[in-house]
Amino acid sequence: MITDNKNSTISRDNEVVESVVIRFVGDSGDGMQLTGTQFSDTSAMFGNDIATFPNYPSEIRAPQGSLYGVSGFQVHIGQKDIATPGDDVDVLVAMNPAGLKTNLFALKPGQMLIVDSDSFTKKNLEKAQYETNPLEDGSLDNYKVIQVAMTTHTKEAVKELGLDNKSILRSKNMFALGMVYFIFDRSMDHTIEFFEKKFKKKPAVVEANTKVLKAGFFYAETLELISTTYQVAPAKMEKGMYRMLNGNTATAWGLLAAQQNSGLELFLGSYPITPATDILHELVKHRYFGIKTFQAEDEIAGITSSIGAAFAGDLAITTTSGPGLALKGEAIGLAMMIELPLVIINVQRGGPSTGLPTKTEQSDLMQALYGRNGESPVIVIAASTPSNAFDYAYEACKLALEHMTPVILLTDGYIANGSAPWKIKKAADMPPISNHLVKEGTTEYRPYERDEKTLARKWAIPGMKGLEHRVGGLEKDKDSGNVSHVPMNHEYQTNIRAEKINRVQDYIPQVKAEYNEEGDLLVVGWGGTYGSLSTTVKEMSDAGYKVGHLHFNYINPLPKNTADILGKFKKIIVCELNKGQMVKVLKMNFTQFEYLQFNKVQGLPFTTIELTDKFKQLI
Amino acid sequence: MENTAIKYTFKDFQSDQEVRWCPGCDDYVILRSIQKALPEINKKKEDVVFISGIGCSSRFPYYMDTYGMHTIHGRAAAIATGAKLANPDLSVWVASGDGDSMAIGGNHFIHVLRRNVDLNYILFNNEIYGLTKGQFSPTSLLGQKTKTSPYGNTQPPFNPGELAIGSSARFFARLGGNVPKEMTKVFIEAEKFKGTSLVEILQNCVIFNDGCFTKYTDKTVKEDQQVHLEHGKPMIFGKEKNKGLVLNGLKLEVVTIGENGVSEADILVHDAKEPDSTLHMMLVKLDYPLATGVIRSVEEPTFGERERELVERVTTNSQFKTVDDLYCSGETYEVK
Repeated sequence: MITDNKNSTISRDNEVVESVVIRFVGDSGDGMQLTGTQFSDTSAMFGNDIATFPNYPSEIRAPQGSLYGVSGFQVHIGQKDIATPGDDVDVLVAMNPAGLKTNLFALKPGQMLIVDSDSFTKKNLEKAQYETNPLEDGSLDNYKVIQVAMTTHTKEAVKELGLDNKSILRSKNMFALGMVYFIFDRSMDHTIEFFEKKFKKKPAVVEANTKVLKAGFFYAETLELISTTYQVAPAKMEKGMYRMLNGNTATAWGLLAAQQNSGLELFLGSYPITPATDILHELVKHRYFGIKTFQAEDEIAGITSSIGAAFAGDLAITTTSGPGLALKGEAIGLAMMIELPLVIINVQRGGPSTGLPTKTEQSDLMQALYGRNGESPVIVIAASTPSNAFDYAYEACKLALEHMTPVILLTDGYIANGSAPWKIKKAADMPPISNHLVKEGTTEYRPYERDEKTLARKWAIPGMKGLEHRVGGLEKDKDSGNVSHVPMNHEYQTNIRAEKINRVQDYIPQVKAEYNEEGDLLVVGWGGTYGSLSTTVKEMSDAGYKVGHLHFNYINPLPKNTADILGKFKKIIVCELNKGQMVKVLKMNFTQFEYLQFNKVQGLPFTTIELTDKFKQLI
Repeated sequence: MENTAIKYTFKDFQSDQEVRWCPGCDDYVILRSIQKALPEINKKKEDVVFISGIGCSSRFPYYMDTYGMHTIHGRAAAIATGAKLANPDLSVWVASGDGDSMAIGGNHFIHVLRRNVDLNYILFNNEIYGLTKGQFSPTSLLGQKTKTSPYGNTQPPFNPGELAIGSSARFFARLGGNVPKEMTKVFIEAEKFKGTSLVEILQNCVIFNDGCFTKYTDKTVKEDQQVHLEHGKPMIFGKEKNKGLVLNGLKLEVVTIGENGVSEADILVHDAKEPDSTLHMMLVKLDYPLATGVIRSVEEPTFGERERELVERVTTNSQFKTVDDLYCSGETYEVK
């Protein structure tokens, strides 16, 4: 600990920490997402590694002060590798009683709690179902409570600007942010620049927010209650240009790279659904790249318009979340039967039915693999971090085009909305994408003539002279492409469609166990749980445990060497945010092993604490 | 693409597949009429695409030697929308029945019309489900006895023209299933129309709903029971050409020329290009006489045109030329 001399009148500790978790909570109209994003961006630019996760209600503006209207944003910054937004919280900023009530459980004992004491009115306490005021009844004695009359101070800071009460209250989140900037020794410059850009035409708004931000910062500086400030040094990250990117934007950008590198035009048919809609939001902004975005009348039209576009030669995409994938099932079967390239992106959320739209889960794996009539295998892959959603969105396009098949890409609410630093890539950094379009000058065409290696069929599109042909959902003769109900032909076609997907194994990378290549326990996961599993296994491995981490991005087909890896450990535990779906896939494919399970269906990611406890019991 | 160099005949549009509709089905007439229309539309064969859903009529693409896709029930309009957006040069045709279009595919049907996608939509209306062997459809009549309404249908029907114009259809035509020459003419007009062209064919199902349109389409009654509309011409019908339509208050009324002082000059003149759809709506709902021909034909920018205009506008103003420009834009920072 170092004594801080920033302020001559106050002596406080300046603690150097490896990483810290901060959570901002308040009413859904309090601007917590903006506050959190600003703190994250500033910290990223400072050089920290970082992971963020917003947590907001499915109501757009729930009644003010209510428990179910609480919106939160958690950010984990560090000088070490940060792979998750963190479990327990080191600093909790609560803008109202409801936020405190619903989030206090996450604050580590003895840690810092910053509250807007002005919001702890009788009415708000009642709404938050507090019988007594927690700021007065001693229930917070275990925490470093910093009570600040933020509303009063905010009003004071902007009193000469003549703003209305609503606008003033709207900027009190900036008072909180100013305080947090002081506590973590962060510059306010980035946020001030942000205001200047965002409100270019509203100088009064820029001035008000800047004043409030600074007021918060300087107020914190004078506050004796803040006995500690923190230093989180820059992380050792690979050199290069970075930016913060959330999983949905990364997905959209991966698709854009695929459009550029495939030389095809991108078509996105989609219907709004949480949490996938942000991919559509992002792509519609970039129409100038020649992409075609089509907001359809329903989920089915979203995918079927894409099938029409694929038939006509576009790189066709559709995006959705769980219930939407169910609606698209029949059409995926059609694309699979016609053998057209098509990318279906499912940002998983809590299910079943409408379930928990804004929460995360991994419970659509079985639906992705089997949610169709008939024998209808498709490629299924999953992104595992916000950043690699870029790579897997790109990979989904590449596989669809190179193997003439629908590809389902699974992400989830957790990585879709979570942000992390992304080392900026160029489209040219990505592997090339080829396709099976019939070469110019071809005069004869049989729709089911296949590439010898991949078994992908050739792709003739309208406009190609002399290659007119008909495809459809009915079974077709393997040679002529005409409708056929011949028994042996159906079996042949069924087998070859399956074999085509199996052969994708030859084109995907092998897997390896991280941290330990053999040992006592293999932790197996897939998709969005990478961060929490990896963090836990690394910590345990560093502590001497013989534990390895095997994580799947490719699920159908599975990587070729999967059994080799599984066989190198005494025990295998498959961890999923569902009741055990991947474990069934492994049990079916590799009957020689025994599998333990760790499952969670709370709409929340795993915490390293619960994982560590579980794994230690097994060793 | 415009093309005058190649001259096709109807045979160029016949595929090598044996046509497998029931003998006597009007679908044969529609198929032949289309095959005769296509050589006249000034499109290369390879730019013609037929898309269908499920049902008897949806076998249509297999019999056309063009690009074709026989898809899933009700979705042809959405699939066709995607194909047309992907390649605006295509001449896209949808072949769909009453069940496919207005029951399972009702949502896509109304939205393709609303958006005004430049495609041609042939609605084979036989007021029955044929391929599943005779259940009532959304256009079956009240009281109609079918496999699923043995005691009479209790679901009131849609009038396809009314539904279409209510969904902002810019082009709507209706024809009996037994008038190949008129059909060919209307199909050519539909193709030339920019926007969604909906052509309803009153198509007799000889097996499950035989004679359902006889009272309008039989050669012996046709002239007395149908008013065949032509843009700019008076709405006159009848074997004697002495019946006509006039407006009486808010209703259309049949009058006889030469009676009660009615002269030809009193008869309404058909204006298919009138943007206000009020009169078109009255015409499609008329039971006696049944209005046929091109009832509405009002050009407006198509969905594709609006989309292309938008892309052009945003491309001109774009700060990004490649995706790399986008990736490097905004809040970036360097780790040294």
